[in-house]
Amino acid sequence: MQKVWMRFFFIWLEKQKELNSMKQFYHFIVKEFYHIFRDRKTLFILLGMPMVQIIIFGFALTNEVKNTRIVIVNQSTSATAMKLVEKIESSAYFELYSQTKDPSIIDQLFKKGTVKVALIIPHDFAPALIAQNKGQLQIITDATDPNVATALTNYLSVIIQDFQKDLNPNNIIPYKMEVDTRMMYNPQLKGAYNFVPGVMAMVLLLVCTMMTALTVVKEKELGNMEILLTSPINPIKIILAKAVPYLLLSIINITTILLLSYFVLDVPINGSLVLLYAESALFIMVSLGLGLLISAGTDSQQSAMFISLIVMFLPTVMFSGFIFPIENMPLPLRIVSNIIPAKWFFIIVKSVMIKGVGIQLVWKETLILFMMMIFFFTMAIKKFKIRLA
Amino acid sequence: MAKLNSSDIAIKVTAVNKSYIVGKKKTPALENINLTIQAGTLFGLIGPDGSGKTSLFRILTSLLLPDSGEIWVDGLNVITEYKNLRKRIGYMPGKFSLYTDLTIKENLDFFASLFGTTFEENYDLIKDLYVQIEPFKDRRAGQLSGGMKQKLALCCALIHRPTILFLDEPTTGVDAVSRKEFWEILQSLKKEGITILVSTPYMDEATLCDQVALIQEGKILDVDTPAQMVNKFTNPIYAVKGANMLLLLRELEKDPSVERIYPFGEHHHLVMKEKDVLPVLPLGVTINKIKPNIEDLFIHLMQHHE
Repeated sequence: MQKVWMRFFFIWLEKQKELNSMKQFYHFIVKEFYHIFRDRKTLFILLGMPMVQIIIFGFALTNEVKNTRIVIVNQSTSATAMKLVEKIESSAYFELYSQTKDPSIIDQLFKKGTVKVALIIPHDFAPALIAQNKGQLQIITDATDPNVATALTNYLSVIIQDFQKDLNPNNIIPYKMEVDTRMMYNPQLKGAYNFVPGVMAMVLLLVCTMMTALTVVKEKELGNMEILLTSPINPIKIILAKAVPYLLLSIINITTILLLSYFVLDVPINGSLVLLYAESALFIMVSLGLGLLISAGTDSQQSAMFISLIVMFLPTVMFSGFIFPIENMPLPLRIVSNIIPAKWFFIIVKSVMIKGVGIQLVWKETLILFMMMIFFFTMAIKKFKIRLA
Repeated sequence: MAKLNSSDIAIKVTAVNKSYIVGKKKTPALENINLTIQAGTLFGLIGPDGSGKTSLFRILTSLLLPDSGEIWVDGLNVITEYKNLRKRIGYMPGKFSLYTDLTIKENLDFFASLFGTTFEENYDLIKDLYVQIEPFKDRRAGQLSGGMKQKLALCCALIHRPTILFLDEPTTGVDAVSRKEFWEILQSLKKEGITILVSTPYMDEATLCDQVALIQEGKILDVDTPAQMVNKFTNPIYAVKGANMLLLLRELEKDPSVERIYPFGEHHHLVMKEKDVLPVLPLGVTINKIKPNIEDLFIHLMQHHE
């Protein structure tokens, strides 16, 4: 009889212990939230950053051609030339800056930087077109930024080709090849389709990696760690409790980014929203693990910040494929890009969000991120110092 | 839990060495430390800044590993059984280490939960302390005065009813009144059966301890009760005072019968080599025989050591 009671007592005792340890964990998380909410400035930056980045990338930093100023040197007085000018002017891509007869103005305007593209219509444009079936035009661009120059040339050429079709709608040429180009998933070639996944990766990395690294190191720097380490709390709990608030904060940030890109930038969400969130949560965990790992190896907020920014953030921008295409890099750099978690997340988000694919097509990338998460957390817990120094 | 028997040993330190690597040089912080502290005593570790007090505290609280030596705290090996040890000890670091952006109450609740207890559960132990800071319980810890910060830190160190309390320079930077109150609190905690190890650079606080250890440059000079300790000072000692104190100090330093002379508050303390021999004093200088205090002994031991 007594034995039975004893057993019950021990089970009860074990349960109490568990409850206590859950309480301990819960209180630790509550404390982390206090830290975050009471540091208003940082909180403001954390929540405002995704909005600012989406707006900057969406409206300021873009390669898209829109209302670009163009100079047209029109030496022809023909009606055809006038029609062409009208056509260019009426397109959404170009805005007529000036129309002259003097080609020397191009050089001046290019040097000033006011205009980046010019079109020359020679005086014999219309006669040549009619007499020889061959009218010549010249496009001149400021190629100091090659990407912009190429884009402008392409846009302008398309308009001119279009114009050519307008001129003789039912021309009959015996052998004619018609190329029908389709830009899949992004027919309007919108930059937003590419940078929204990129901004997501960047923001999550900044918030999770840098902030978690800072929050642990702060405890070391301010001496709080000295008391935490003389208490019975398990290092795993410290690490996880530090991660939870930033996980929630990051989910808010993802929502902000998705809402802004859907409603303001007209980026569609073609795939499953649940999958998108799940993949984001996975990437957040990877970033958190990385942040905690950095914090385990550093002792001052300054060095934690430095490592997060220089060692993590820059390679992420460079090797995620978000700004510079990885396919164009030399082999060694392409190999390096594989260890950057953001690269895999970038691929996943682009596939799920823009192409609308399901898990069956991104499971490999997901698995890689999952392995990375396990690795970072294991390392962070392993490297967590149970003593000072 | 039954109160520990007073004959029990709370802390036993045997041949502990610790050195830090500064640059490429190895600088010893603690050299061959041996210490035995009985349970239930208020033990003072007295020594100037940089004498190794904090290093010793960190080793005793399992925060640092010694290079060599053996340490038992509350019957547990500090190196191998640190997990269990950390449930039982209370530690208050020399630097204020609570969360400045949390209020008094939030700090207390947090540290209570850290040790798997609650503020209410051990309220009776910290009651006397807590009522003094209770009016400010919703104020953030960063906005408290030095004395209040110390009281809060002590509350947090006590919240889980530790068997041994480690206080590293708790009264440094605290005003005289708060210091006095603080020591009264320590006396009452001792009555609760808690062993207290306290370090301080102030010699006058030594007399408030049951036992003291004098530490200098990583070595323990002496361990004894304060009363016994001063008895070891056998040379005759006098307090002298004159119109020109600086000149007096220089004059008497030259006297061969003088062991040493040093400024001490308003007076100079004059230690003679032999009894009943007095130096030649200039006119107008008053001289009184005094009882040596701990500081006199400390200076004495320090110079013998060198």
